[in-house]
Amino acid sequence: MDTVTVRKAPGHWPWIAPLLVLATAYGVIPFIGTSYLFEAILTPFLALSLAGLGLNILTGYAGQLSLGSAAFLAVGAFGAFNFNLRVQGLPLIVSIVLAGISAALIGIVFGLPSLRLKGFYLAISTLAAQFFVQWALTKFGWFSNNSPSGVIDAPPLTIFGISFEGAVGRYLFALTIVTIFTLFAWRFVNTRTGHHFIAVRDNELAAKVIGIPVLRTKLLAFAISSFIIGVAGVLWAFAYLRTVETGGFNLDRSFQIVFIIIIGGLATIRGSFFGAALIVIFPLILSRLGQLFLGDIFNSGVLEMSQRIVLGALIILFLIVEPNGLVSLWDRLRKKPLRLSRIKTIN
Amino acid sequence: MKPTTFLKTAALAVALAIPFASAVHADEQFFPLQSYRVGPYAAGGTGFFGGFIDYINLVNTRDGGINGVKLTYEEGETQYEVEKGVEVYERLKTKPNIATWTPLSVGIAYALIDRVTTDKVPLTTINHGRTDSTDGRVFPYIFPLLLNPYSETSGIVNYIATKSGGLEKLKGKKIVVLYHGSPYGKETIPIYELLAQKYGFTVQQIEVSHPGNEQQSQWLTIRRTKPDYVVLRGWGVMNPVALKTAQKTGFPADKIIGNVWSNSEEDVTPAGDAAKGYVAITTQASGVEYPVVQEITKVLYDQGKGNLDDKKRIGSVYHNLGIVNGILNVEAIRIAQEKFGKRTLTGDEVRWGFEHLQLSRERVKELGAEDLFHSIHVTWDNHEGNGYVKFQQWDGKKWTPVSDWIAPEWALLRPIIEKSSEAYAKEKGIKIRTEAEVDVINQSTAAQ
Amino acid sequence: MDGFDWIFFSEVLIGGLLAGVMYSLVAIGFVLIYKTSGVFNFAQGAMVLFAALTFVSLVERGISFPLALIATFAVMILLGLAIERTVLRPLVNKPPITLFMATLGLSYILEGGAQLLWGTQVHALDLGIEDTPLEISGMLISKFDLIAAGISAGMVALLSIFFRYTRTGLAFRAVADDTFAAIAVGLRLPRIWGAVWAAAGLVAIVAGLIWGARLGVQFSLSLVVLKALPVLVLGGFDSIPGVIVGGLIIGALEKLAEVYIGPYFGGGIESWFAYVIALAFLLARPVGLFGQRPVERA
Repeated sequence: MDTVTVRKAPGHWPWIAPLLVLATAYGVIPFIGTSYLFEAILTPFLALSLAGLGLNILTGYAGQLSLGSAAFLAVGAFGAFNFNLRVQGLPLIVSIVLAGISAALIGIVFGLPSLRLKGFYLAISTLAAQFFVQWALTKFGWFSNNSPSGVIDAPPLTIFGISFEGAVGRYLFALTIVTIFTLFAWRFVNTRTGHHFIAVRDNELAAKVIGIPVLRTKLLAFAISSFIIGVAGVLWAFAYLRTVETGGFNLDRSFQIVFIIIIGGLATIRGSFFGAALIVIFPLILSRLGQLFLGDIFNSGVLEMSQRIVLGALIILFLIVEPNGLVSLWDRLRKKPLRLSRIKTIN
Repeated sequence: MKPTTFLKTAALAVALAIPFASAVHADEQFFPLQSYRVGPYAAGGTGFFGGFIDYINLVNTRDGGINGVKLTYEEGETQYEVEKGVEVYERLKTKPNIATWTPLSVGIAYALIDRVTTDKVPLTTINHGRTDSTDGRVFPYIFPLLLNPYSETSGIVNYIATKSGGLEKLKGKKIVVLYHGSPYGKETIPIYELLAQKYGFTVQQIEVSHPGNEQQSQWLTIRRTKPDYVVLRGWGVMNPVALKTAQKTGFPADKIIGNVWSNSEEDVTPAGDAAKGYVAITTQASGVEYPVVQEITKVLYDQGKGNLDDKKRIGSVYHNLGIVNGILNVEAIRIAQEKFGKRTLTGDEVRWGFEHLQLSRERVKELGAEDLFHSIHVTWDNHEGNGYVKFQQWDGKKWTPVSDWIAPEWALLRPIIEKSSEAYAKEKGIKIRTEAEVDVINQSTAAQ
Repeated sequence: MDGFDWIFFSEVLIGGLLAGVMYSLVAIGFVLIYKTSGVFNFAQGAMVLFAALTFVSLVERGISFPLALIATFAVMILLGLAIERTVLRPLVNKPPITLFMATLGLSYILEGGAQLLWGTQVHALDLGIEDTPLEISGMLISKFDLIAAGISAGMVALLSIFFRYTRTGLAFRAVADDTFAAIAVGLRLPRIWGAVWAAAGLVAIVAGLIWGARLGVQFSLSLVVLKALPVLVLGGFDSIPGVIVGGLIIGALEKLAEVYIGPYFGGGIESWFAYVIALAFLLARPVGLFGQRPVERA
């Protein structure tokens, strides 16, 4: 497979496509979108894309499978809440960075088994993070400021005196943070350390032989990945749901993030966005279709179960047809526009 | 292709970009239902929303709506998940004439507090929800109707007192609280401690980690403690497992008292004989003998129009809770109509209705619900409405009442609630509402 | 130690060991499939739910116990074959993670299908085993748990005999040991995989019935896999004796920890403590419980 061409953005100016997307995201969408678009589609999409990006660095680039991403989302969300609450006058942006650092530290701790375990053994042991963090955040009331029901409210979003309130504001807030981290990730994977990640993934022994510090590289991968996922958790809690509750950071959320990178495409930056778009929007389309055509006949429960079946079947179908993810599908479509038109003329 | 199908296809194209280009119907009141019929809590969701929908349909069929205003509803499946609940909220909030939101989920209710307050539409969390939202001074749009978690705790302790022969007899008693390892389960920990101090009983609170399918060690600990009563603050699968494990470790079921989310048929039937004798708190009796349930059976189920798939579930705990929720919603609207006119109301007008939702026992009897629930007295600053509780015992087939209506000690709990809500107001920078503001009706941004 | 309640300690220990057997029961389903096809089948929990729900719904519709059991078994065999045909075969030679994700998709289908077919009601399941405690020298021991442990032990014995003495069983082992050699000597992989999924279906029925009798048959039944996962890490994904011993260790330590250590943390540590046991053990002894398995399996 020509992995090299897949990774390189096509065209002479690889900047053009991302810039166009950004220009639309900043310049057009805020003026034409509805509150539903922002609150129910775009903000969760951005938060999950960022989480996918974080996991992709760990799993896609460094080859370490983790099933505990939701735990790091939770650490980020609760971390930012507590820094913001307990340190008077701390700018929100600093709280967010500190939350990311907390997530990174926890990530290193739960990444330690990676020094000994691989594959599914490692994946299952990351579940320890999943359950431990959820337990600790529920157990110790301090984390939720002793709120009787353990649910906390997000503070107002204000950075450098600019207030990001309302649906559009929160969308722009999320968009900006996601843009910054995407740029970082995009630069990072082409650095020396980024290449170390790939070397460790592809052949650990060889990496060791050529002098890459394998253990440090693995832990660094856990740290960076958890940092980004932690920040995604802040977005999820502050920009999207506006409340933080441990229940939402469950195993299903972790699986959702793994789905995003597998369906989007491992070891690609764009893949996380493609995957998140599919995971967020696709179930909504399914449920709308169901509601529209069958809503009069069946109740919402029957519809939901049918959607679950369809979703499961489509995931399997997708894995069979396009195991390298949406990214490779996308690139094929772009590289061979002829094929499409040929099909059209034949028809 | 049928023309309707074509229209629907066309509509779908628009639907994703612009949620609903809706036509305004005169004299309709819309209930967006954030229901859940799938997933771990489906049994509760189908029963409750079944009852709520049945009552809405009853009012439409029997009375032609509330004073001629038709009631409509649409369901959005949440699976009890917060983000699905938010999605449904954002999707349905653009519909006109919204009366109330009913998520039947603490998590979703929390995520919606800010949103409904901005949109000025009431949200009810019957028998559950955020305890301090009882304080209407801070939470004008949230209504934890009938029973908040603190009142529930007090009701259970009062029942144990009755069984023991008076509050003073609680002294020296040993009570174990077995709670679900979640924010919901932990919420009442301080209240049990407080009441233990006040009445001189000892309390030991033991956590069961989610989902609660293994409780061997907890029940062995209980067996060693030898408490007089065990309070079960369970959720879903944890309840039958608790009852089974109790039997396994030789703890008698009639010394176990379930809370309001451990009191349904679905919680006891899987435990089989182990559940015989188990007692649980409730705000609404189960059974079909109440006139309103009879009418629902006659008007809807006999015509094949009932919402429950299984007719055997008519009159079950969740179904009756849904019916009571329906009664409270409909009466709140009726009361608001008396003030604002017999027409479609805005969300804020319905809020006013809820804040004057006072149903005496006589009025409850008129509504065909005597002893289905006791009464309710919501005021502008007390959004719970002082619901009474009753205790019911499972005999292996059905629940039978074993107590009178019992009143929780609202006055004792009120200062704790106010402390919490005032802290919330301070944290969020909310101005505490005064009575004068109750009659100020804001134009809702969501309603037409 | 003075005043240490040994009877209570033994009670907790025995309760834990019996619970551990129940965890192993679920874990065996994973092992069967992983051993022969390298697939980490997360849909095992959904299969347990599907089997139990099918069985209990048939019984509730008036079908006799043995007949319902046979019918459910037939359904699970068909399901196993269908999964092999539609999911595994097209995905052969794909990376393990892809296969894992496919089984997640599969669990959506099974959960949705089971509930669509049989409804979301909570069902009681009575296996006719009376669950009264037995008192043995001051200790209470659950009769039901003893019988359940007996059934599990019987099943393990059956599976062991099957693997050791039957042609199909030997073929399973051949595939597990060396897939290419197995193909070379003419074993037909798809058939073996189909058979192994059917066997996992059988395990799912047994697990579903026993757990279903304890929990009631409902959606949460699919969550029992969470109890099986640490057992798998400890015992090894490909070792049946490993998960049995692993289950016993985890069951016992988990219960003892909850009773004796739990109170210092405020209790409820069971959800994650099992993972800590498994990890601590593996870090101390990386070759795993039974030595033959390299833990650094990619």
